[in-house]
Amino acid sequence: MKKIKNFKRVYVWELPVRIFHWLNVLALFVLVVTGFIIANPPAILSSAEATNLHSFGIVRFLHFTAAYIFLFVLIMRFYWAFMGNRFASWRAFWPFTKKNWNNFWHVMKIDIMLLNEKEEDVTKISIGHNSVATLSYIVMFVLAIVQIATGFALYGDMASWWLPKMFTWVIPLFGGDFIVRSIHHTAMWLFIFFAMVHVYLVFYHDWLEGRGEVSSMFGGFKFVSDERLKHAHNEKEVEIKEEKGIVATK
Amino acid sequence: MDSNNKKRETYYESIIKQGYSRRDFMKFATYIAAYMGLENSMVGQVAKSLETTYRVPVIWEHFQECTCCSESFIRSDHPIVADIILDKISLDYTLTLMAASGHQAEAAKKATMEKYKGEYILCVEGSVPMGDDGNYCCIAGQSAKDILIESAAGAKAIIAWGSCASNGCVQAAKPNPTNATPIHKIIKNKPIIRVPGCPPIGEVMAGVIIHMVTFGRLPELDRLGRPKAFYAKRVHDSCYRRPYYDAGLFAETFDDKNAKDGYCLYKLGCKGPMTYNSCGTIKWNNGVSYPIQSGHGCIGCSEESFWDNGPFYERLAKVPGIHAEGLADDIGKVGAGVLAGGLAVHAIAANISKRKELKSRINRGKSNEKDIDS
Repeated sequence: MKKIKNFKRVYVWELPVRIFHWLNVLALFVLVVTGFIIANPPAILSSAEATNLHSFGIVRFLHFTAAYIFLFVLIMRFYWAFMGNRFASWRAFWPFTKKNWNNFWHVMKIDIMLLNEKEEDVTKISIGHNSVATLSYIVMFVLAIVQIATGFALYGDMASWWLPKMFTWVIPLFGGDFIVRSIHHTAMWLFIFFAMVHVYLVFYHDWLEGRGEVSSMFGGFKFVSDERLKHAHNEKEVEIKEEKGIVATK
Repeated sequence: MDSNNKKRETYYESIIKQGYSRRDFMKFATYIAAYMGLENSMVGQVAKSLETTYRVPVIWEHFQECTCCSESFIRSDHPIVADIILDKISLDYTLTLMAASGHQAEAAKKATMEKYKGEYILCVEGSVPMGDDGNYCCIAGQSAKDILIESAAGAKAIIAWGSCASNGCVQAAKPNPTNATPIHKIIKNKPIIRVPGCPPIGEVMAGVIIHMVTFGRLPELDRLGRPKAFYAKRVHDSCYRRPYYDAGLFAETFDDKNAKDGYCLYKLGCKGPMTYNSCGTIKWNNGVSYPIQSGHGCIGCSEESFWDNGPFYERLAKVPGIHAEGLADDIGKVGAGVLAGGLAVHAIAANISKRKELKSRINRGKSNEKDIDS
């Protein structure tokens, strides 16, 4: 008789996490597309007078609007790192624990190097983010701050609001707009690289593990095997609530 | 001090002595106040200061430079600028324009430095080569480095004229063989005003000096030590072609119709969007024109290391830290391609390596399906 895996629905990603994720996707998409246009605008043929045309201004407006969204959802996410459940908590990202490194090497072996385990060790399987993912998110959070600082610094001199003006010190720090723009443009590519790997790995996990990795970012639920859940219960990672079923403890 | 003052004239006295009328003087006061960005009511204060302030002695040092700053200065719009500032601000020592030469000139400089210790303004044009003990630039048997340190010691303030003195300019471009160094990296204990530009606008230079004379203190400076009155805005933000930029109308080549129609030169490598200067408002040659108005993009001459910031006629983003032809987009495209390939390989490898698990999963799914049917 083969071992039968029983999956149970666990509420992993709370609404603020999902809102952060999708607004971030939207903002990043708009930022990258308009960013490319701003870096190298297309040649448009128009006989209209400049007075009657504002196409490039609109592209820039979208870029700046998306930048504000990008900033505000990031602030919201940082806030939620202190308010949310254990999977959203800053503790889930904290890299300096033994548990974290166990999971890290597990993911490196099983998912990155594609080795197979003889006997599945459920204690090493993560329910929320895995440790390789959290590490990459930490890098992305840092890069997001770099993009916000460089972007708002370039924007700040045109702005009258204090918020973008808060970042004007970045320009003299690096020496001038040239280098700041280069950093901004180069870091943008890292977001593209990240998005490619991220989307691929989400599908990879969904396809191989069948734990609803893809849909979890829509509904918030992941599927966790009974065996792993038992371990989670012992570790007090999850609790059973009537209205939502199995949810994470704080 | 008293004996000094008896011999010294006020600016007003110098101007009148020079043959200008009171009316000319008032015109000049109004004109320079406007350039300094002062409001109309301040004209009286400017005039009053010029009437009552004794001429400030100035030592103007020339190091690694091309004299374009001096040239720009003496071509500043109003004749009184050249007259007072050059002749009458009492330029006690400037290699290019002083009458004295040789030992006489050096002696005059030494005399000024001793007599007006702590009072004189030191203007520096050019960078200082720090490589090989400063041997790349020697004047009167002294290296530029030693001259600078010596003359800076007794200065009230230092003005770093032009990109050479403020940023190092072309001689500091990579690989910077003489280790050309801007002034603020050598002198740390004196107030330094950086007036970048290759050259800076004559009116800007005059404005900085008149500000110091009128108010007796340094003009308000930004974080890079540049006077805010002249370097707070990007050329782009005060450019008369800006509406074309916002409309998305760009010249594609220098000889197309768009260029003739005066469209924005953004795609032809104009560095206006990254350059802080007053070219768009004060302009050049008595307010006649400035590069963009003449159909040529800004080269960003008042920005740090503008020679190393990529080609003048292309709009490119370089990867910071990579100085070869490492353009961000080229590297990015290659990187994205390699990455996509790597992910495809990983996906294939995953299906091979994990085939047992996948197979058992499929079988389990199929048997579950049968259970439902029965």
